[in-house]
Amino acid sequence: MDWPLLLQLLVDGCANGLVFALVALGYTMVYGIVELINFAHGDVVMLGAFLALTILGALGGQAGWPTLILLVPLCALFCAGLAWLIDRIAYRPLRHAPKLTVLVTALGCSFVCANLGLLWGGLPMDVFGGGRAPSSPKSVPDVLPLENLLGDDSPVYLTARELLVAGLTLPLMAVLTWFVRCTRLGTAMRACAQNPVAARLMGIDVDAVISATFAIGGALAGVAAVAYALYNGTVHFQMGYTLGLMAFTAAVLGGIGNLPGAVLGGLVIGLVQSVTVQFLGGDWTNAVVFAVLIGALVFRPNGLLGARTRDKV
Amino acid sequence: MRLPAIVVLAVLTTAVPAAETVKLVSSLPRSGGLRSLTQSIVNGIRMAIDDAGMITLDGAAVTITYEDWDDASPARGGAWDPAVEKSNAVKAVADPDVMVYLGTFNSGAAKMSMPILNQASLAMISAANTAPSLTKPGTGDADEPARYRPSGTVNYFRVVPADDIQGAAAAAWAKELGTTKLFILHDKEAYGESLARYVRTEAEKMGMAIAGFEGIDVNAANYRPLATKVRSSGAELVFFGGTVDSRGGQLAKDLHVAGVKAKLMLPDGCFTDSLLTAAGAEALNDRTYITFGGVPADQLTGRGQDFAAAYRKRFGIEPESYAAYGYESAAVALDALRRAGRKDRAAILEALRQTKDFNGVLGSWSFDAQGDTTLRTVSGNLVKDGKFVFGKILGK
Repeated sequence: MDWPLLLQLLVDGCANGLVFALVALGYTMVYGIVELINFAHGDVVMLGAFLALTILGALGGQAGWPTLILLVPLCALFCAGLAWLIDRIAYRPLRHAPKLTVLVTALGCSFVCANLGLLWGGLPMDVFGGGRAPSSPKSVPDVLPLENLLGDDSPVYLTARELLVAGLTLPLMAVLTWFVRCTRLGTAMRACAQNPVAARLMGIDVDAVISATFAIGGALAGVAAVAYALYNGTVHFQMGYTLGLMAFTAAVLGGIGNLPGAVLGGLVIGLVQSVTVQFLGGDWTNAVVFAVLIGALVFRPNGLLGARTRDKV
Repeated sequence: MRLPAIVVLAVLTTAVPAAETVKLVSSLPRSGGLRSLTQSIVNGIRMAIDDAGMITLDGAAVTITYEDWDDASPARGGAWDPAVEKSNAVKAVADPDVMVYLGTFNSGAAKMSMPILNQASLAMISAANTAPSLTKPGTGDADEPARYRPSGTVNYFRVVPADDIQGAAAAAWAKELGTTKLFILHDKEAYGESLARYVRTEAEKMGMAIAGFEGIDVNAANYRPLATKVRSSGAELVFFGGTVDSRGGQLAKDLHVAGVKAKLMLPDGCFTDSLLTAAGAEALNDRTYITFGGVPADQLTGRGQDFAAAYRKRFGIEPESYAAYGYESAAVALDALRRAGRKDRAAILEALRQTKDFNGVLGSWSFDAQGDTTLRTVSGNLVKDGKFVFGKILGK
């Protein structure tokens, strides 16, 4: 067995998987409460990543790791606001409309956001290539050092980037779990997820809870955006689509509506991807990921950790 | 936006009823990451038309008009779209004023429009298609290139050398750089995959070991696992057959960040400033080798130098890789128009086939019987301090 190689695959897979997981949490939270697949969620991450790049670009060469202290809250706030706004403008008026109506609206929101990203990429800034090619991918400047933390000769490559992804996502997931389990708002969210009508009868302001859910999901998306931009090193106006697809797959794999399930699903997908690339070839990644999804749903129709069954769209 | 243009056109045509109009159209991906590359082609075409002077057909001076069509769509992420390319070809055939179709950029796109234009005997000249199977029998499927020529005659020409030449030059350059083990990646598109296959065949002939040959998922978030695979394979050089639209930039970035020391060789589809924007200078500096079927504008000689100077003056930027080829494609079209002397698609086509020792900005060259240029120059270029610099001429 080539242990260093396997360890490297584990590192690559977990880093990618944690980013998927963070985005998947946003999908799964919203689905849990309003039973809506919020297709715009991936694009909210994309816009957050564009904001991160814009801030880094505005700081010029001064961008070092302390920038993160600025970057993370700003992007989280921005994405939270954006997600809240999308819900307020597009989804809330359709709260009692048929589910398909909302679903198509979500697709529409996704396109609107993607086109906003296209416009944003045309800004005349150096980081956007002077805005001459709005739709081409943009490089994110290296904020973190590139050295291998395990030493130059180590066969396993672990840099500050992987640690950043883990350092951002793992504590956030812990806080989220605590929040949903132990706070008043978290309890209200769980109540709304179980039975919105009963929750309303018990005096819970369901609309406010839904707005808060979108905002929290958005904040997670903002953190995911920073992690994505700094880890992958390029942003692109269409990245939201693939990211959203993978994150949604992760949410379904783990059991949609289930928070630990989303994290598990994300990690499984990240690992499956990196192992497939190594042993089968890059052509096969998507085929294997979706084969795993189908296989899992055959034996556990509600996902790996899912328990509830409710009507799905 | 549409209406005023139509009104202006209507006014123009009614004001000067006597003058005939001949239309050139180009079909290129104008909204994606390749935009800066195709912009240089469009600039070149515009210059060639302005330089052409008066052209007399059927005994009367004609007005040359030019339309810049897009064959990309947002649905394909700004890359060329088969449906759009087909409809462009149909539109060109249907317009009796269109005499020459300049395009495409992507070889895959050419496969869509070639049969449509061929049946209408409408000449097609590409400044950038490099897939050999478009013109050369025996380089692709058994029915290539015959299936692009349903009428049985050649109507497709190109002013750049094809990828069998570029692929051989790339492999030879890799060998020269001391490579013993090569990792080959491609984007699974007509252009990228065929080029990658040529590099593999030639590299094997030269005795280099092929550590891997695979297609990448162009939608992946990153290629970090692939970078790990390249590192563990011990390859000294990675060749990627693809364009900036098919993630050449992300690949460069991931190899850099994952600490892969291997050199990176990229083809002409990545020879654009968009690559520098997408990957950043740090990921490319001193490790990137770019082949290009032709020479960069600053290496042109004679008429080419005058062209480069005029281009800089007119547009205020350096002519990018394909600018001179865009110019040449339109210049040879207008030359054929002049030689044909008639506003007749078949006559213009015949004149193009007869093109011999054309004295253009690329030098003196001819079209061979299959529509290929007789030029065989491939240049090797490098990235230094975040800029492309000319390295050397790779083959003749």
